Amino acid sequence: MILLIEVLIFSLVIAIFVGLSAGYLGSLMVLEKMALVGDALSHVALPGLALGILFNFDPLLGGFVFLFLSAVIIWHLGRVTKLSFETLVGAMFTLALAIGILLISDLEALTEALFGDISQVSLPDTVVAIIISVVAIFLTKIIYNKIVLSMISEELATSTGVNVAKTNLLYLLLVSLVVAMGIRITGTLLVGFLVVVPAAAARNVSSNLYRYSVLSSIFGALSSFSGVLLAGYINLPTVPPGPLVVISGVAIFLIAVFVKWISKL
Amino acid sequence: MGKSIMESHNDYILKVSDLSVKFPNETILDDISFKLKKGKTLAIVGPNGAGKTTLFRAFLNLVPYTGKIEWADKVKIGYVPQRLSVSDIPISVKEFLSFKGASNMENSLSSVGLDSKSVLNKSLGVLSGGQLQRVLIAWAIVDRPNVLLFDEPTAGVDLDSEEAIYKMLNDLKKENEITILLISHDIHIIRDYSEYMLALNRCVTFFGESKSIMNPELQKIIYGEPVCVEPEHGE
Repeated sequence: MILLIEVLIFSLVIAIFVGLSAGYLGSLMVLEKMALVGDALSHVALPGLALGILFNFDPLLGGFVFLFLSAVIIWHLGRVTKLSFETLVGAMFTLALAIGILLISDLEALTEALFGDISQVSLPDTVVAIIISVVAIFLTKIIYNKIVLSMISEELATSTGVNVAKTNLLYLLLVSLVVAMGIRITGTLLVGFLVVVPAAAARNVSSNLYRYSVLSSIFGALSSFSGVLLAGYINLPTVPPGPLVVISGVAIFLIAVFVKWISKL
Repeated sequence: MGKSIMESHNDYILKVSDLSVKFPNETILDDISFKLKKGKTLAIVGPNGAGKTTLFRAFLNLVPYTGKIEWADKVKIGYVPQRLSVSDIPISVKEFLSFKGASNMENSLSSVGLDSKSVLNKSLGVLSGGQLQRVLIAWAIVDRPNVLLFDEPTAGVDLDSEEAIYKMLNDLKKENEITILLISHDIHIIRDYSEYMLALNRCVTFFGESKSIMNPELQKIIYGEPVCVEPEHGE
């Protein structure tokens, strides 16, 4: 996994955009008390990645299809049964992980799928990532307030004309897109991190939505950027970017906790 | 003669006839009928599980129902729900009110007795119960509705604030000719701040003037075993 400088630059650009969009969309996930869902949901991508590797199409496409399908199934089951999202996702994700690991027999490919791989990103990958991130952020911005209102009270949201079910479905679609992109950077096992931890860090230091969503995006971009940069700097096949992204993100989270603690003194 | 019938006909802002809400194993509301005149306050009373909140949910089209709910033309409903979960959400009062796209936030905050300067930038999660309830009412009135639905607007609010909130509601009503429907358990509030009351226990058990709530016999009927009155009388 020796990196060319241009590959590293592409990876860094992807990291920034994926981090921004994951942080922004994740800020809603954390509010919904679905943090665990965001984390677990991402693992569901593994069988899709496996199919991509097996049948030679873009694994991220397979990952996205699996993510979105399971998001829709969970969304639907959550409406017709009284089971909690956590329960449904928990069941779905372990099943998917098991199937995925069985399907991917190549150990190196499995490591890449689980922990990320930036050694092969190209210019088209980068452009696609930028477009998807920008579209996801733009569409989420349109439904952001509606989702927050439906979290505060579903009745209030519906009484002001919000179609809660449709809005949630669109949101899940966008999350699936962003998570599928994030898999390249952090791998499927750790991508949930990008959706959860930047938002949690921002939550600590925000008293209004604007600040919260902006900080969450910035923290997301910072952690994936510095993780990828570190991976490029260390530049060893044994050090995939995913774990480094997680470590930078947790560092940001701890700083945010510290800042909050200081401000309370 | 004909004209006066027409006029009184037009005075009704809400007509409910044969309204039922049924789920597969359970009847929540059974054959509810009543009418309410414009500018009046109707208290909805009854034991827990009587279907009071469900009645509101039917008014807001949040549950499937059979029967008819007819609002007068140009009715605009403001709604204050019973429960909110705001403690985990970093959202300021200003942002919350702006969800309705309304421009007169300061006015609606001052009409619920809140100082907009000190409250607008506060997070909803740090407000006291009474302040939060006032913000909710401000939310409900910010786009100038002519009907307000209140589901126990003062649950979890201390007694002084409760009294103040009802006084404020009363003033709002007088100034703006608003019709108010409110769910309450407090018989003094019902007596002092509403003209009519509708007692529910799946069906209508009483409909009439609110001052009769002080009658112990009636209280037995309202909070005891359901004895339905005929829909025709529920007017």
